Amino acid sequence: MTRQTSLLYLDGVSVSFDGFKALNDLSLVIAPGEMRAIIGPNGAGKTTMMDVITGKTKPDSGEVYFNGVVDLTGEDEASIAELGIGRKFQKPTVFESHTVWDNLELALKAPRGPFATLFHIISGAEKSRIEELLTLIRLSDKRDELAANLSHGQKQWLEIGMLLAQDPKLLLVDEPAAGMTDAETMETAELLKDIARTHSVVVVEHDMHFIRALGVKVTCLAEGSVLAEGSLDHVSANERVVEVYLGR
Amino acid sequence: MMTSFLFRTLDARAGIFIGLMLAAVVLVPALNLLVPEGSTFHVPTYAVTLMGKYLTYALLALSVDLVWGYCGILSLGHGAFFALGGYAMGMYLMRQIGTRGVYGDPVLPDFMVFLNWKELPWYWYGFDMFPFAALMVLLAPGILAFVFGWFAFRSRVTGVYLSIITQALTYALLLAFFRNDMGFGGNNGLTDFKDIFGFDIQAGTTRAGLFAASGLALVVCFLICRAVTRSKLGKVLVAVRDAESRTRFLGYRVEHYKLFVWTLSAMMAGIAGALYVPQVGIINPGEFAPANSIEVVIWVAVGGRGTLVGAVLGAILVNFSKTWFTAALPEIWLFALGGLFVVVTLFLPKGLLGLMDKGWSAVRRRPAKDTAAHRAEPQPAE
Repeated sequence: MTRQTSLLYLDGVSVSFDGFKALNDLSLVIAPGEMRAIIGPNGAGKTTMMDVITGKTKPDSGEVYFNGVVDLTGEDEASIAELGIGRKFQKPTVFESHTVWDNLELALKAPRGPFATLFHIISGAEKSRIEELLTLIRLSDKRDELAANLSHGQKQWLEIGMLLAQDPKLLLVDEPAAGMTDAETMETAELLKDIARTHSVVVVEHDMHFIRALGVKVTCLAEGSVLAEGSLDHVSANERVVEVYLGR
Repeated sequence: MMTSFLFRTLDARAGIFIGLMLAAVVLVPALNLLVPEGSTFHVPTYAVTLMGKYLTYALLALSVDLVWGYCGILSLGHGAFFALGGYAMGMYLMRQIGTRGVYGDPVLPDFMVFLNWKELPWYWYGFDMFPFAALMVLLAPGILAFVFGWFAFRSRVTGVYLSIITQALTYALLLAFFRNDMGFGGNNGLTDFKDIFGFDIQAGTTRAGLFAASGLALVVCFLICRAVTRSKLGKVLVAVRDAESRTRFLGYRVEHYKLFVWTLSAMMAGIAGALYVPQVGIINPGEFAPANSIEVVIWVAVGGRGTLVGAVLGAILVNFSKTWFTAALPEIWLFALGGLFVVVTLFLPKGLLGLMDKGWSAVRRRPAKDTAAHRAEPQPAE
């Protein structure tokens, strides 16, 4: 696929920290509407890749394009978020001293400037959108609860809800099933498949059952570059993947 | 629209606070001016001035709580903005002296005549007009805060590093204002004020008026802080305080939010300084001392950070005890004050207001156990 028709286009991206190559000539292309799962051992560069896409880390070399035309290496976190890339962190990060409702309200797509928010009065449309999201992430009865009091799995879901509230074109989801029970993991997979119908999604995950439940194209990273790409069966049949990741 | 913006967020505690403040604004001057001196209800003028001074400290504490309690910016240099506001007011009061100074120069303040200066420096122009001076009370701290914040927040200086540069800022200003050639009276600062708006600055009625003005300024700034912190912007500020990078990934420009609240807070500190100077009758570089700014943070911590009302309560209570201890226990007052701070930080992490909330919910829990158990606030283990 060419850069012009892609949604996310990484070509030859390298990042090093004090001589350690976190990303080494990484190339990855996500098509509009695609859902992609990323697997790989610890230190393969999965989180660094997300940092590069969202503007937290600047690559030493290589190209990063969004929508085929926007060069992400020249933008900061806030403008990349405004362009339509949302991110869920590995460790669930919600605003603990805000209620569930306020967390969603803050994430909701709306003007982000200080004066716009100072005089903002929540509209009926915004309220019903938050209600919808609350139902979707099954936290309707917790709306007035402080996010600090949610369970680990609920925080994960709240963060996914906040991602959706942003209404991004591309969702980057880092280990959504971490710390969840098997049943919760499967529910999360269903939720993500649902989301993928209307959004492009990149999921990083270790849980093979979860990846299998998603049933999408898989990219395996190791030592900062792509080791194998294809269907889960294809990737897990790869000898190198078995060696460095799936294990012995 | 502005009024609904200011009043739409009032709750019971804020209402009680404003009610008490407005009652004080009316009652204290009335008891001072209308009740004869022999009566038990008479409030002496020195007490009016003392309380007026507490109110300006309370306003300063309020401004620190706005940035520290809600946005997590621990400023150890807010005394600088307070002093700048004070100097702007002091310059107006100096120009009001006119020919009544020791040297009788109609334009030049005494210290300039003493230094053999022949004409007024350009930056003293305009301070003979109160509207200009009032503008400078807001602009001098506001512009300094804006420029300082622009560089600090854009470079993402946070936490203890930011606190240290705010200390450096106020210390640098302390040294600068000590110099005679700065043109602000050097070591002695600005003093010997005669009148304000044509009223004798020593007169009881003027003192009562300044007290009332301080109380009203406190109420107005409280309403502004309250409206700001309860708006969506206020929620973003708390989000920045708790998870700054998460807020960035949601698309908020954190540096713009910090800059807004930082500049607003500096202007409030400037107003506090401007009301402080005519009541104490002097402004000198000592007000820039780093220790002063640290003390303000302690007032806020004692009252309860991130509550606004707590900041006011803390400032008034600590300063009242300071006054009281120095008179009642002159030898050990510093120890008493130090002990108070140790007790508060060790046993009252949420300050006095946190203690009051805890007591209140304990009282309410007894009759209705179920409702208390469902309260949204995380209750510490008892």
